[in-house]
Amino acid sequence: MTYIYYPGCSLEGTAAEYSISTMALFETLGIELIELDDWTCCGATAAEGVSHLLSFALPARNLAMAEKMKAKSDILVPCSACYLNLKRVEQGIKDDHSLLRKINQVLEADDLVLKGTVRTRHLLDVLVNDVALDDIASKIVRSLEGFSIAPYYGCQCLRPYAVFDDPEAPRSMESLITVAGASVYPWDMGGRCCGASLMSTAPEAGIELVAALLEGAQGADAIVTVCPMCQMNLEAYQKKASKQHHTHYEVPILYLPQLLGLAMGLTDDQIRLDMNLCVPGSFREKLANTLQPA
Amino acid sequence: MEPAVDTQTAAPDRSLIKKLAPARKQLLACIQCGTCSGSCPNADAMDVSPRYLWRLLLTDNAEEIFKTRTFALCSTCYTCTLRCPRGLQITDAMSLLKQVAASENLPLYKRSIRFYQSFMESVRRHGRVREMEFMTLYFMSMKNPVIPLKFTPLGMRLMAKRKVSVEIPSKGTQKLDAMFRKAREIEEQS
Repeated sequence: MTYIYYPGCSLEGTAAEYSISTMALFETLGIELIELDDWTCCGATAAEGVSHLLSFALPARNLAMAEKMKAKSDILVPCSACYLNLKRVEQGIKDDHSLLRKINQVLEADDLVLKGTVRTRHLLDVLVNDVALDDIASKIVRSLEGFSIAPYYGCQCLRPYAVFDDPEAPRSMESLITVAGASVYPWDMGGRCCGASLMSTAPEAGIELVAALLEGAQGADAIVTVCPMCQMNLEAYQKKASKQHHTHYEVPILYLPQLLGLAMGLTDDQIRLDMNLCVPGSFREKLANTLQPA
Repeated sequence: MEPAVDTQTAAPDRSLIKKLAPARKQLLACIQCGTCSGSCPNADAMDVSPRYLWRLLLTDNAEEIFKTRTFALCSTCYTCTLRCPRGLQITDAMSLLKQVAASENLPLYKRSIRFYQSFMESVRRHGRVREMEFMTLYFMSMKNPVIPLKFTPLGMRLMAKRKVSVEIPSKGTQKLDAMFRKAREIEEQS
């Protein structure tokens, strides 16, 4: 299996450990990821805030680049915001030819043309639908028994396009958590919003959403995410949320490939837990005690 | 309880109303059921509910729409879009309102407008967003020394992890400038 890999801007910076662990995971699974040539920003939620056309043209540029590499291919996207932006173009041009025409007018300025032949896939979609669970199980060398993991999906890999999971009651991560030997922390907040860019533009509203999620996960050993924006919001504002709610939230927010990587016995350099902002001593201790070869 | 929408005294700002047409079109079939308001995770922080906002939109009450911060508090979670019994693209309509506010440069939304614009400026210059450059541009545009201070602790933590580094804004290669200009040209024509 081969995918064109679109890391997106966050995975080059604040979410570098997501990219590193993703590449290590897929290498372990024997799946080839080929980075998209000369990829550019998808527009995130910013493009939509200022220009309707650019919010389509920016992701479209990457789809056009992928078509140039291989006319029919799947693009694997780990970031949920990037995923949705690319998906929106893929879906939008299907029945709106005037949109496609306008997009191509813009792309012409960069000598590119979009036809609409490549498919955008979220990392989680690929892991649950293209990779056999047995193949993942066969790579597990250390059981994460005793760990209770809260699966957190966020919004944009689930909505508005219900491609691979229930958009309100998602469960796709559960089999991956249990195959790693951990148990699924029971909560119903996996598809709730983390506040996204409100943490910067309206923090007084954003912090409430972050706090509700941290409160909901009290009792879990870690929250596992598949989105760099969710990860950052939940990880970076724990002190602030604790202060406002007169409590003490301290929970690691891992990327799904980091969790699987731990169970697969990948090296520290492949998982890069040291890059996460919040890994409490108690979590490290539990890891050290649990991670005996199975 | 929200006041009834006054359809008589709505200010007839024709140019704004024209700009609102694409959003209005998205909401034409709204039945005012309030599922969007009940589903919105940020409804508590909004000054008027999404349902009320749509009524203002359908009655062309541009003046009242741009007194509320409701659409600026949309975090694009798509729960309303998913649940709308009329299948309306509500989140897209919220974005269309954000775009009108940005094109009019309305002071009430300065914070989110500058935030998005700074992000896009970094993308225009380099093709990919440079997180520290983007934040620096944002702080410079806000001309408010308190805002950077609020972000400093997080910035320091990210720098300590070598995830970001101090970046002086630079012109870059103007990588996406041609596309940005073309998009603007097309949008100004329509």
